[in-house]
Amino acid sequence: MSFVALAAVFVTLDAYFIAVVQVLVYAGAVMVLFLFIIMLLDLREEKTRRVRLSAWVGGGLVIGGFVSALVQVISSLPGSGNTKPVVSNPEANDVALVGFTLFKDFNFPFQIIGVLLLVATVGVVLLSRKELK
Amino acid sequence: MQTAPWIILFTPLVAAALILLVGRFSKTLSSTLAIFSALTCCVLSWNLFLSGGEGPKISHTWLSFGPDLIIPISFTLDHLAKVMLLVVTTISPLVFIYSLGYMRDEEGYSRFFAGLSLFLFSMLGIVLADNFVMMFIFWELVGVSSYILIGHYYSKDSAADAGKQAFIVNRIGDFGFMLGILLLWFATGTVVFSDIVSAIPQLGTLPLYLTIACVLVFLGTVGKSAQMPLHVWLPNSMEGPTPVSSLLHAATMVAAGVYMLARIFPILEVVPTAREIIAWVGGITCFAAALMATQQSDIKRILAYSTISQLGYMVLGIGVAPTSDIAMFHLFTHACFKCLLFLAAGSVMIAMHHGVDMWTMGGLRKRLPVTMICFIAGMLALAGCPYTSGYYSKDLIIEWAVVQIPFLGWLAAAAAGLTAFYIFREFFVIFFGKERSSHAEHAKEQPITMLLPMLVLAIFAIFSGWPFIQEHFFTLERPEHVPHNLHPFLYGMFFGGAGLATLLYVKAAKDPVNIPLFANRLYIDAVYDWFVKNIQGGGAALLSWADRWVIDLLIVQVPSKLTWACGFALRFLQFGNIQAYAFFFGAGVVGLIYILISTK
Amino acid sequence: MPPSCFIEHPMPTLAHYLIVSGLLFSIGLAGVLLRRNILIIFMGLELMLNAANLSLVAFSRFNLLPDGMPNYNGQVLVFFIITVAAAEVAVGLAIIVALFRAKQTTHVEDLNTLKF
Repeated sequence: MSFVALAAVFVTLDAYFIAVVQVLVYAGAVMVLFLFIIMLLDLREEKTRRVRLSAWVGGGLVIGGFVSALVQVISSLPGSGNTKPVVSNPEANDVALVGFTLFKDFNFPFQIIGVLLLVATVGVVLLSRKELK
Repeated sequence: MQTAPWIILFTPLVAAALILLVGRFSKTLSSTLAIFSALTCCVLSWNLFLSGGEGPKISHTWLSFGPDLIIPISFTLDHLAKVMLLVVTTISPLVFIYSLGYMRDEEGYSRFFAGLSLFLFSMLGIVLADNFVMMFIFWELVGVSSYILIGHYYSKDSAADAGKQAFIVNRIGDFGFMLGILLLWFATGTVVFSDIVSAIPQLGTLPLYLTIACVLVFLGTVGKSAQMPLHVWLPNSMEGPTPVSSLLHAATMVAAGVYMLARIFPILEVVPTAREIIAWVGGITCFAAALMATQQSDIKRILAYSTISQLGYMVLGIGVAPTSDIAMFHLFTHACFKCLLFLAAGSVMIAMHHGVDMWTMGGLRKRLPVTMICFIAGMLALAGCPYTSGYYSKDLIIEWAVVQIPFLGWLAAAAAGLTAFYIFREFFVIFFGKERSSHAEHAKEQPITMLLPMLVLAIFAIFSGWPFIQEHFFTLERPEHVPHNLHPFLYGMFFGGAGLATLLYVKAAKDPVNIPLFANRLYIDAVYDWFVKNIQGGGAALLSWADRWVIDLLIVQVPSKLTWACGFALRFLQFGNIQAYAFFFGAGVVGLIYILISTK
Repeated sequence: MPPSCFIEHPMPTLAHYLIVSGLLFSIGLAGVLLRRNILIIFMGLELMLNAANLSLVAFSRFNLLPDGMPNYNGQVLVFFIITVAAAEVAVGLAIIVALFRAKQTTHVEDLNTLKF
């Protein structure tokens, strides 16, 4: 659900293409995959184990430090008080423009991504094979 | 005629390569190739000499390091080079033909001829070289060929050791040679001989520098031409086959040192101190080697010490005479008669089944008559018998020496007497008296391939010194104010030395004179042994200690153990707990952000 | 009467978007550091990636090019990140499945054999 909410935030930022891709890929594929795996693993009830205090303290410290750093940085950013600037052509076709940029300036990384997906597919098939006896 | 020098230089090299390829299949083909290449060079050299003129100037730039150093491959064909070419290329075919007979039953036949051809190539390179670097390269090549040929019987330890000694001792001289070349280049900016000579007048204000440079260059001659104290390799080089001893270590290679001095003679003319040093080294070598020769019993080693002594004469000649022609004249005649003597000794050795101890010989005059006649020719020339070539050349050098540095001159004259003594001693012990072993009783004469070159050389040895022949090759001046008692003294030396030897040795069964100092070669070898064992051995031990304790321990072990210790300590960070890793990761990132914020 | 925050800040500024992105990232980080089920940790990882995406799109929209259009390079990068994240999820889950088959547990403290 948080993924869909994030897609809505993208829409407010006029990034329609990204919003749709987010819903399709994340909410549609990644989460479904997660659910399938959870079902596959057939998890049993865990025994509750003793909570380690040191872990919680350490994690809390890191998180706290990060959040404070975040607030400091954002407040000191020069452009952080701006509201959304006006776009020169609000009716522009967002998908087409993203497509242009993707295929013109980023063509080579795009091809690499294709190869990456192929590699990931082959890897997953290999990893999930049952061992031959 | 433009290509003649190239052909002369490279034909032997091509022959050597071809011999290595085909030598396995056909022995006659190997020797034919070698002899053919040597004869080609001979014919072309005579052609060049007789056609007169300065010869074409040929020059290719081989290496160029900017305007500071240009090393050309260029040939010089001035009078000096042409005469030396004649010496080298006339004697070489004779020796090659002699080797046909000498090596006919030996193993490594083709390898031998390939080595000889390689040597011929290197020697011609030295003769034709126009600049120091090219000469140095061929100088080293000659050393390599000598090493290969001395160690031809590589399975004999003594031969292998002799080859090593020759090369290493030579190297010591070459070190000085290289330094001298560098000094001269630094002063004049060029390595070409003619350019250095023309730059000398401007360097007249630096006599000490030039003197040091010339003495360093002379060190190369000390090594290559076996002057004292670097003479120790030449007697041991007799381990090689006799043709090698005759060609390399009598006629040509050891003369290369003298040739090089003749080449830089115009430079030497302006540094009289260096010339004095050269003369002293030559004179002392000449006398000391003659002393050592009087007590040796190996026929080749006597001739080796004789060579050292005669080379001393040549070096003395460079030091005292006004032109280099005087020393070159002695080089010319010495090449003929010494080579002849070695070939005759080789013939005797083969007849004695490779025996070299002259006290096992005797009475060979009846069995080896032709060899004896050739030996007599060489012997008379060496001893300075009047009207032989050796007399004219040695006489001239002694005259100049007496005029310039009297002590050395009379020393050299006394050495002439010793020369007559030891060579007559050798002659009588080998050819007279009763046969002292069964080999001597069964000796027989050698085939014509060995005798013919000896006879040709015998003619050269007797006649090449006569005025009407040598004036074609050299221009010789005689000094004025020669002391009147010099010539009678020299005659007396010759007859006295010969007579004493006749008295003592014509019927001797063993050596009546026994002077251990000379027989043990003035104990110089022992000094070298001590030096190498203690000083160099000590140095090596010190370095070995440094290597084990300083380098190995401090520099190698400590960092490696330190690295290992660090790795061992860091291993304990691998807890296995994923969230701990993530914690450290996050903490590091947050830390980095804080550092970035604070420095902004 | 609605609270004043609804009236005084009608338009979100860049700072708002970036704070949201940062908070999402911290929540994901907390999930990675503090939860003990490996699948939950993995989901936290995805959340962190999404937070980055949000921040990228925000910058793409707020920093206009000289000709007045948004800088679509940011959005292209987001596209790539989504793709890579999808591939990573697939491979990661395959590894988790293999781990589960070997160890029969998804508790992260039991997966501790890769140590000195």
